[in-house]
Amino acid sequence: MSDFVTLWPGQASAYSGEVDLLIGAFTVLILLLSAPVFILIVVFATKYRRGKPANRRHAPNRNVWLEVSWTLVPFLLLIGFYIWSTDLFVRLYHPPAGALEIDVVAKQWMWKFKHPEGQGEIDELHVPSGEPVRLVMASQDVVHSLFVPALRLKQDVVPGRYTSMWFTAGKPGTYRLACAEFCGTDHSVMGGSIVVMAPADYARWLEEAGTEGTLAAEGAALFRSRGCSGCHGPSATVHAPDLAGLYMRPVPLSDGTTVIADAQYLRDSILLPQAQIAAGYPAIMPTFANVLDEEEVLKLVAYIKSLKGGEEGQ
Amino acid sequence: MTDTAQERPDPENLADTGLSETGVERVSYLRAGHTLKSWLLTTDHKRIAILYMIAITFFFFVGGVAAALVRLDLLTPAGDLMSNEGYNRAFTLHGVVMVWFFLIPSIPNTFGNFLLPLMIGARDLAFPRLNLLSWYIFMVAGVFTLLVLILGGVDTGWTFYTPMSSMFAHGQVVLAATAVFVAGFSSILTGLNFIVTVHRLRCPGMTWGRLPLFVWSIYATSLILVLATPVLSVTLALIAAERLFGLGVFDPALGGDPLLYQHLFWFYSHPAVYIMVLPALGVVSELVAAAARKPIFGYSFVAGSSMAIAVLGFFVWGHHMFVSGQSMYASAVFSFLSIAVAIPSGIKVYNWTATLYKGHISLDPPFLFAMAFIGLFVVGGLTGLILAMLAVDVHVHDTYFVVAHFHYIMVGGAVSAYFGALHFWWPKMFGRNYSLVWGRISALFIFLGFNLTFFPQFLLGYLGMPRRYHVYPPEFQVLHVLSSAGATILGLAYAMPFVYLLHALRYGSPAGPNPWGATGLEWQTGSPPPKHNFETPPVVTRPAYDYHIEMERDDDG
Repeated sequence: MSDFVTLWPGQASAYSGEVDLLIGAFTVLILLLSAPVFILIVVFATKYRRGKPANRRHAPNRNVWLEVSWTLVPFLLLIGFYIWSTDLFVRLYHPPAGALEIDVVAKQWMWKFKHPEGQGEIDELHVPSGEPVRLVMASQDVVHSLFVPALRLKQDVVPGRYTSMWFTAGKPGTYRLACAEFCGTDHSVMGGSIVVMAPADYARWLEEAGTEGTLAAEGAALFRSRGCSGCHGPSATVHAPDLAGLYMRPVPLSDGTTVIADAQYLRDSILLPQAQIAAGYPAIMPTFANVLDEEEVLKLVAYIKSLKGGEEGQ
Repeated sequence: MTDTAQERPDPENLADTGLSETGVERVSYLRAGHTLKSWLLTTDHKRIAILYMIAITFFFFVGGVAAALVRLDLLTPAGDLMSNEGYNRAFTLHGVVMVWFFLIPSIPNTFGNFLLPLMIGARDLAFPRLNLLSWYIFMVAGVFTLLVLILGGVDTGWTFYTPMSSMFAHGQVVLAATAVFVAGFSSILTGLNFIVTVHRLRCPGMTWGRLPLFVWSIYATSLILVLATPVLSVTLALIAAERLFGLGVFDPALGGDPLLYQHLFWFYSHPAVYIMVLPALGVVSELVAAAARKPIFGYSFVAGSSMAIAVLGFFVWGHHMFVSGQSMYASAVFSFLSIAVAIPSGIKVYNWTATLYKGHISLDPPFLFAMAFIGLFVVGGLTGLILAMLAVDVHVHDTYFVVAHFHYIMVGGAVSAYFGALHFWWPKMFGRNYSLVWGRISALFIFLGFNLTFFPQFLLGYLGMPRRYHVYPPEFQVLHVLSSAGATILGLAYAMPFVYLLHALRYGSPAGPNPWGATGLEWQTGSPPPKHNFETPPVVTRPAYDYHIEMERDDDG
């Protein structure tokens, strides 16, 4: 049977099991809600069908209490499940601090992954088991969606913004990943696999994969070669904001509002510098939208994140 | 209806096999002009309904051929029948044609057009010429869409997501968007016409509380048509502006926001689901009452639930975007509202069931279609609740689970109701009875074929088969083959009514004014109705569905 046809997807995390439990319990509820309809329609259509004697006197045409009860009771039951499922969902927005961060860039039609130490891979993602992993995702072109059925997780990857997704994979193994948002001609072959490894194996894999430097180091090189340091460097004569310790700090803007300098803000400031002007600085930064692709921006963001407060940038 | 295909217009003349006209037919709207011009320039709502019926039957066939190509291709995991591009074009053709040129106009523009004036005792719609205009707009848009999709090819899916559609797609996106934009005007004009008709042209005594439930549902649908369609028009115009002039609205490279497109699109397209389903709900209320020979249980709850669905339907669009990157709080609110909108639908289903209690139920084809509708609609609605659950939707969003869910609503639901309406009002529209046996057989096969096609897709979706996939992992093949096999049965079952219904036009026995013994003004005039609907203007003195209790001779109690 199981060789011939699969009827239930494998589970790659504890979270998968929780989703399966939710849908199992919910299926029981909807069977309970719908069974009376199916059973009574068949019973009535048999018992009261034309040509069959039955007691047809005093048929009710309305009964407000009955109607109110079959309106309210299912609704209240559903509210219970709403709370359950929303609670699970909210967890997806709260990754544990210190999760291993892996950058993802989606483009027609491939997935590019970049580990913090600089190891890159395409259409295949190696992650350690038992450790929270957070994917920070950007799209180079259209909307894609990273879908790992065994994790019961999916997140759209939207051009122009970072989206993220986190999980703690359970048992080691190889699981399918796919693009779930229609993205053009080769959408259905934009897939690959996610390889969950024991932490020791993952460490070994990282070493073997080799790297030319960490993500932040690559970002530092870009910071110089693309001319960022000319204005944001310590010896610059231009009045540009100092980037040391900037990450996750509140930034007052020229329109009076304040934003937190998260990855999205750093990205937007590089690609759309005129959108949010830091208060007290002239709006003179040129856009790098046509110069840098999403992978390079992610490296620069990694570099800026690595600059600690008080220290000098570069 | 008595199943006597032997009844002839002239019972004395044994050589007459149904070819001759009955007296009613001689003065009917069908004989009020025989030229092509008398059809193409008609302002009679009944003739325009027939024009729509012919047109959407054609579009149903085109969309069905595209679906057949898709299902055929999915028989094997490798994409061997079509190229990737060809497959994308095939499902785009299927979606665009079925949604805008079959489902949305199906029940409102055929049965709404035909029945609305008859049901409220009017001579025609409020604006007969506008009605004809909307048919012409619809045809221009439809034919243009087909030309673009078949000759040019569009590969964006019916959803036209940006920046894919605006900046990256190869096909004729602007032309396709233009065609859908034009079709929108037909929707708006029809909706407007229906709203004014219900407000202004009810005959004496036809109060709001006595309106047939079909009229209530068409009225609710019309409100959505008028309020939601302009949003789609604006959105499509913005796509064209971005693609043609580089106006940055949706493309982030130009400073736009792709999620804005999704919000605008679903603000129209979710209510559009109710444009497809509400008329079906109205049809089923009529069919259930007529089959059970009883008033609908809780008339005001059922009528009110149509309006509740129309209103709430505008506030759930965000449930299409739970994994799109919209705010967590927005998702939580949309999830809650999506659960709320299920409640009025549930009311209808429970009330129909209660209507059958102590009824005098006929198992003629219209009621079998209504039963099939209720079953499939319940499955579609409850799986919709599963999708409204945030944590589950994260997994099954954009998979075959969603495909199965909305086909249960739109095909299992709306199309079954369309066929039910066809079988119920066919004798009224054309004055002839069809074969009840064949009607029952086709209802049964549509139900079985449908379930075999789409039930396996729920399993596929939970297993993680994404939608719009041409190439898929081999472990999904068994379920895909089952689905394609079901689609074959379904396709043949859909073709059957065309044979026996058309056969009945010529060889069926005369139906008489009220073959089902139903209440409602449309049954009090001839079949087919005269050009001006009623010989004398009707006056209503009783509530809708005012059936007398019917007993078998040996009923107890």
